[in-house]
Amino acid sequence: MKVKATASPYLLWMALFIIIPLGLVAYFSVTDRLGNFSLENYRASLAYSPVIFNSIWLAIIATVICLILAYPLAYNFSRKSANHQRTLILLIMLPMWMNFLLRTYAWMTLLENNGLINRFFGLFGLGPFEMINTSGAVVLGMVYNYLPFMILPLYSVMTKIDHSLIEAAQDLGCNSIQVLKNVIIPLSMPGVTTGVTMVFVPAVSTFVISRMLGGGSNMLIGDLIEMQFLGNAYNPNLGSALSMVLMVIILICMALTNMFEGVEEKEGMLL
Amino acid sequence: MKQNFRLFFCWAAITVILLSSTLTPAYAFEPKDQNYYERFQGKGISISVYNWGEYICNGGDGLMNVNEEFTKLTDIKVNYTNYATNEELYAKMKSGGSNYDVIFPSDYMIARMMKENMLAPLNHENIPNASYINPLFHDNSYDPGNVYSIPYTWGTVVIIYNKNKIKEPIESWQVLWDERYKNEILMFSNSRDAFGIALKALGYSLNSEDPKELREATDLLKEQKPFVQSYVMDQIFDKMEANEAMIAPYYAGDAISMMESNEDLAVAFPKEGTNLFVDAVCIPANSDNQEAAEMYINFLNEPKVAADNIEYIGYSSPNLAAFDLLDEEIQNNEIIYPSMEILEQSEQFINLSDETNLRMDQLWTEVLASKGSFLSWGFAPVVTILALFATKNWMKYNRRKKRKRMVDE
Amino acid sequence: MSKWLSRSYIGLVLTFLYAPIFVLILYSFNQSKSRGHWTGFSLRWYEKLFHNDAILNAFMTTLLVAVIASVIATVLGTAAAIGIHNMRKRSRTAIMNITYLPVINPEIVMGVSLMLLFVLMGIKFGLITLILAHITFNLPYVILSVMPKLRQMDHYLFEAAMDLGCTPLQAFMKVTLPEIMPGIVTGFLMAFTFSLDDFNISYFVSGDKFQTLPILIYSMTRKRVSPEINALSAIIFIVVLLVLILVNINDVRREKELRKKEDALR
Repeated sequence: MKVKATASPYLLWMALFIIIPLGLVAYFSVTDRLGNFSLENYRASLAYSPVIFNSIWLAIIATVICLILAYPLAYNFSRKSANHQRTLILLIMLPMWMNFLLRTYAWMTLLENNGLINRFFGLFGLGPFEMINTSGAVVLGMVYNYLPFMILPLYSVMTKIDHSLIEAAQDLGCNSIQVLKNVIIPLSMPGVTTGVTMVFVPAVSTFVISRMLGGGSNMLIGDLIEMQFLGNAYNPNLGSALSMVLMVIILICMALTNMFEGVEEKEGMLL
Repeated sequence: MKQNFRLFFCWAAITVILLSSTLTPAYAFEPKDQNYYERFQGKGISISVYNWGEYICNGGDGLMNVNEEFTKLTDIKVNYTNYATNEELYAKMKSGGSNYDVIFPSDYMIARMMKENMLAPLNHENIPNASYINPLFHDNSYDPGNVYSIPYTWGTVVIIYNKNKIKEPIESWQVLWDERYKNEILMFSNSRDAFGIALKALGYSLNSEDPKELREATDLLKEQKPFVQSYVMDQIFDKMEANEAMIAPYYAGDAISMMESNEDLAVAFPKEGTNLFVDAVCIPANSDNQEAAEMYINFLNEPKVAADNIEYIGYSSPNLAAFDLLDEEIQNNEIIYPSMEILEQSEQFINLSDETNLRMDQLWTEVLASKGSFLSWGFAPVVTILALFATKNWMKYNRRKKRKRMVDE
Repeated sequence: MSKWLSRSYIGLVLTFLYAPIFVLILYSFNQSKSRGHWTGFSLRWYEKLFHNDAILNAFMTTLLVAVIASVIATVLGTAAAIGIHNMRKRSRTAIMNITYLPVINPEIVMGVSLMLLFVLMGIKFGLITLILAHITFNLPYVILSVMPKLRQMDHYLFEAAMDLGCTPLQAFMKVTLPEIMPGIVTGFLMAFTFSLDDFNISYFVSGDKFQTLPILIYSMTRKRVSPEINALSAIIFIVVLLVLILVNINDVRREKELRKKEDALR
């Protein structure tokens, strides 16, 4: 029996709170300040393509780092007892319950040239290392803020990987790398896709992080869009056009990622 | 007029008070006109006040809780919420979705809101305490005659620097372009303030709308970029206090609070003149409770209330009666209440045309996005890898499709 | 050896996650307002916090909105995920694409567009709009975490339960729900986390009577964020940590008792 009706409240919700606002954004993006039709905003957003690529590039790096960090961790968690799993998962989420701004300030305190990390290294006569106001610091900020959203989906998929499958593979003569490649990774693929989506997508459109940890001299697309809405000139039209462009690019990226997942399992691939 | 500003201030305060004392009893927190404040008692009125964060005295340290006292006195309930920037306030007001009764925009934002008919003209008869406002702030360039706004606080943009590291006296904005302080300079991250400094350094007006002058300012800001450690706003506090940077422009009142945490800090006024900002109280055009809102504004200008507020905020007060209640130490502080000479050189922001605002944002993006982007390293390899992956998967996809077709057949 | 390796790896990641939290808590005891400059130990920010109604009210609003929004989003989202999973591929793909949109859309764009929508609909800004907006941006996270669990699940299990005489509801409660539970829990956790910490969307849909803690904190950035917020964060942190430890101890004890009973029965 296949129940589809349970999705109907969501579909209604979606139509009201996602499609209509999106329509508003689309409408704004093709009008000028006076409300006349114009494609000027899209033309103008072309000029910012380096900023867009820059953001995508950083988000890709952050996503890859998150995946590499989270994968063994999630696997580890999934092999622990149920109580431990629960505690560990909450421990992963707890830092995210502190305010984002305060966490970022704290990173500034840690990374600065007179910061705690450099002072620690100073005790051994090392450094100071230049950490803050670099692109590395921006990536670190992204990894820090989105790592839990990689760990969680990976973990929730891995808990249900049947341990006997792994044992069977071992009995059949697989070494641990082969087990990983032929059993664990394919079985955890749905979690990987979800995790990558949840990290990559918000990381592309992030702002504040680049401003606070990156020194503000290298704009990301999120900062640029924010500036259209809350900058000197209230320019929601250009901001909307920029975010439409961003959305299309991300959907293309997602389609590419979904290809890794194998053809049958594709989801969210309109393009 | 080389008169000391403090003297002018005291003199003006005494005159105003003498004048107003003929109409009203002397100031003290006991409101001068109890009847005035009791008009709305028992009517269940509430007003919505929308203010900057940390911008009203909320009690403690022997100061009063302003909103609480107001409710106690008038029986008008205060819904109090906060915003972080003028632009957020504007975006929210522009949508028309919420009704606020009292807002606190800054100079240029007041002018913009006036132009777009978003503010209600004040009925000055309901705000007798407006008479305490320093005559200096009666004819502000953003709102001549204070028709729509009553000044709440003011201040100047100053250069704050570490006197242990910078020994020579600072005279000019040019110091922010000094190569010797490379990577020790902080700069405003918002376009209007950053352009204001560049324009002033070039000797132009803060409010210049001339494309050529703006172009020059842009080039100057680009020139500065290699020397700038980071573009910041509120992070200036922590960075200056922790000796992370040597020099930064910021607001005078905040500079004082930084100096309290770090004794090595000092303040300089550049000779080219600076920005004098005013935050004022206004009533939005769609307010339902204008009279109650005016009562609130009047209450904010009660000498004791205004004095407590200014002590809490740390900026400068336009209210002369409140100034008189402040500690002598603050009254004599030349950073918070600079000399007339400095004030005469400084300029207020006004609203710029839409065109100029747009241009400024574009130019600012140009400054921030100019060279040194993260792309410089490794963009090409990533694109190649992605392309390889894509083609590989595409081939895999085709192969599987073919296989599937074969199976189907 | 490998156990030691895995433990130290978990330790390293946790250090990375908690390093800034410790800094944040450390500076809640700082005497001055500074967040980078230690001037001496003091408890004054804690004392001030308990007299600051604005912060405490905002905190209560934040909790209320986060709990309501994440619970509703979890229920709606789980139901939606099940429905979508059972759809044909093409409609499923289309719906999932739209589900991604709120995640893709920069928060500020979504905040402004929701603000305009509520104005169009004539809903007054307040708690209701806050909760509606939060549910909207929470839903994708719930759906995205439940979907992989459904895909992973063996759908014959459900049919087997039906064949054995379960009603569809029973089959769902006894078979499907336990299978996808980890996904639901992680979805809920993520939704709750996003709700707690959202500023951009909340700002544009909040009204004149209620504001959430992030709005209050961001509004302080003109002057500087008061260490009272650090103090509040420290308290939240310690309380949650204590609860976690207590629950864990309790679990361990119960497990031991169970084992003892089993041993006795043998």
